[in-house]
Amino acid sequence: MGEEQFDQFRGTDTYIASDELRHAVNVAVALARPLLVRGEPGTGKTLLAENLASALGLPLVRWHVKSTTKAKDGLYVYDTVQRLHDSRFGGDVKDIAKYIKLGPLGEALAAPSRVVLLIDEIDKADIEFPNDLLLELDAMRFRIDETGREIVAQERPVVIITSNNEKELPDAFLRRCVFHYIQFPDRELMAQIVRVHHPDITDRVLDNALEVFFGLRATPKLRKKPSTSELIDWILALKKSGVDLAKVGHGIPFLGTLLKTEADVELLGKRAKA
Amino acid sequence: MLIDFLFELRKHKVPVSTHEWMALMEALALGLHESTLDGFYRLCRTICVKDIAQYDAYDQAFLSYFKDIHAGGVALTKEFEAWLMDPKALEGLTDEQRAALRELDLDKLRELFEQRLKEQKERHDGGNRWIGTGGTSPFGTGGQHPTGMRAGGGGGRSAMAVADQRLFKEYRRDVVLDVRQIDMALRGLRRLGREGALEELDLDETIDRTGKNAGELEVVFHPPRRNRVKVLLLMDVGGSMDPHSELMSRLFTAASRSGRFAKFRSYYFHNCVYNSVYEDAQLRKAVPVADLLAGSDRDEKLVMVGDALMHPGELLDPGGSMYLYAQSRASGIEWLRRLAHHFRSSAWLNPEPERFWQGTTIEVIAAVFAMWPLTLDGLAQAVRYLVRGGERPKIGEPEKWARF
Repeated sequence: MGEEQFDQFRGTDTYIASDELRHAVNVAVALARPLLVRGEPGTGKTLLAENLASALGLPLVRWHVKSTTKAKDGLYVYDTVQRLHDSRFGGDVKDIAKYIKLGPLGEALAAPSRVVLLIDEIDKADIEFPNDLLLELDAMRFRIDETGREIVAQERPVVIITSNNEKELPDAFLRRCVFHYIQFPDRELMAQIVRVHHPDITDRVLDNALEVFFGLRATPKLRKKPSTSELIDWILALKKSGVDLAKVGHGIPFLGTLLKTEADVELLGKRAKA
Repeated sequence: MLIDFLFELRKHKVPVSTHEWMALMEALALGLHESTLDGFYRLCRTICVKDIAQYDAYDQAFLSYFKDIHAGGVALTKEFEAWLMDPKALEGLTDEQRAALRELDLDKLRELFEQRLKEQKERHDGGNRWIGTGGTSPFGTGGQHPTGMRAGGGGGRSAMAVADQRLFKEYRRDVVLDVRQIDMALRGLRRLGREGALEELDLDETIDRTGKNAGELEVVFHPPRRNRVKVLLLMDVGGSMDPHSELMSRLFTAASRSGRFAKFRSYYFHNCVYNSVYEDAQLRKAVPVADLLAGSDRDEKLVMVGDALMHPGELLDPGGSMYLYAQSRASGIEWLRRLAHHFRSSAWLNPEPERFWQGTTIEVIAAVFAMWPLTLDGLAQAVRYLVRGGERPKIGEPEKWARF
């Protein structure tokens, strides 16, 4: 495989990826293995899939996992109730395939061309959920028992899996993944990221904002540290209101966009007084 | 040739499997490491390491393999162990010898042990200073020292602390419970029942009714099966519990998972429960125990978590709390009894290792609550007890404490 072919993902205009992340994505694409992404909330785990899809020019299939999601739902759902209802009114119900609805994973495997599949927040589902996916993710094929139809992926989809929790996933599942931990961006990378979202921001404003932001993150015992998306919202609020950070003496304007729990706001208040 | 690196990684407890190793080989064949050591470092970590907690171990393995830095300490320990596994016998001590051996306390002993370990170069048997076998040095195995420390091998009569492998096992990640293991253990804590919205097709009932209707379809739904177990978790925080806080937070994470129990509430206490428990770990928002009991069904499962270690006065004397705000006419043990009697089933999980239980307030509290150590095994037994009842573990002499 040539160099250009390997280095397929370089971030996009709206998504700045660190070198390490780019490398991990490219390894996952080249090896055709799922990429498991972990990291603090707000480090852009979910956005990665969207931007990877647009960078590679592939369609994106999303699967947002919830606490009630079952692995089989991702493949297909057989709508028996609809079929029963139809039979009651004399409809033609011989064709079971009509009542089979593909789930996101099924859709990704059945797609005629390569797609990017995002399995978002896999740790939210039942603890056995990842294990139930092993076979399908390995072989990239499954069988619809009701119709006997076998769905085999024409091209292995690029699978991005995100997870928030540490050490929650079974080993057998982890073995099959390529892993990357998205570290919180350092000041330099953060400045780049902010510039992507606010291209007209001046150096001075950016500097002041980052100063406050990283200062806030360094405050010990915060329950929820402000993340990238909150910084971007906050700068937007500053811009719209025309507040100049350098001229604000005490306190942080629009603190509510950065800190989301009452306890944190209280804590910060106390520290400011002390 | 890289196969050695695989074993280096495994030696550093990075759990790399053949599966991952083959993937790495495939990646190398594809040239994904860009023919640089940096590239290889990143590539190998991406494929083989799945937990940020292991990154450090990975770095160590990488350094030791590629920079030829030897972790000499490890080899030395192995050598020590080999000597110690083969002890030389020692005849009994005379009384004078015994008297001559100064009693050492544990901290001093550990300090000395580490110091000797650094100085010692060879095998020693029958001496009085070095770590070895069959001697009167406070360190080693098969020897005699009234307050000595055993290192490796079989039992010596006078070992005060056992410094062989078993002590360290508890600090290993794979022995300490992680969230997933707790999760799996808590799965047993359930009683399924159908309640709530009609969401699932009841196939049997549908066929039955349709048959009675002479083929006219009648679709019947029923609620899905849900766990009906309600759990009340009371956790000891602060002071002697601080070393266990990580373990406690894992237990809490697993237990509080949404949808796990029909009802889940948790409160905090410090040391022992007196007239109030608290909504927050800072112990600011008090909830009187009387109110808590009034608002709790008797069939909720009460799970207490704490080390149950305190000064006996704090447990047994009326008004024994060391905090003025928690002063009460009833003693701590009385409050605990009230809790235990209100609920049909309750259990106490103790993060303190079982070998330290004897002769402490733990025995007193174990007479009130069925108590298990907070280990995988203990947790599983506690869950079984909460669901099915059965024998309580016998700890100490419960009869002795009944009169307090």
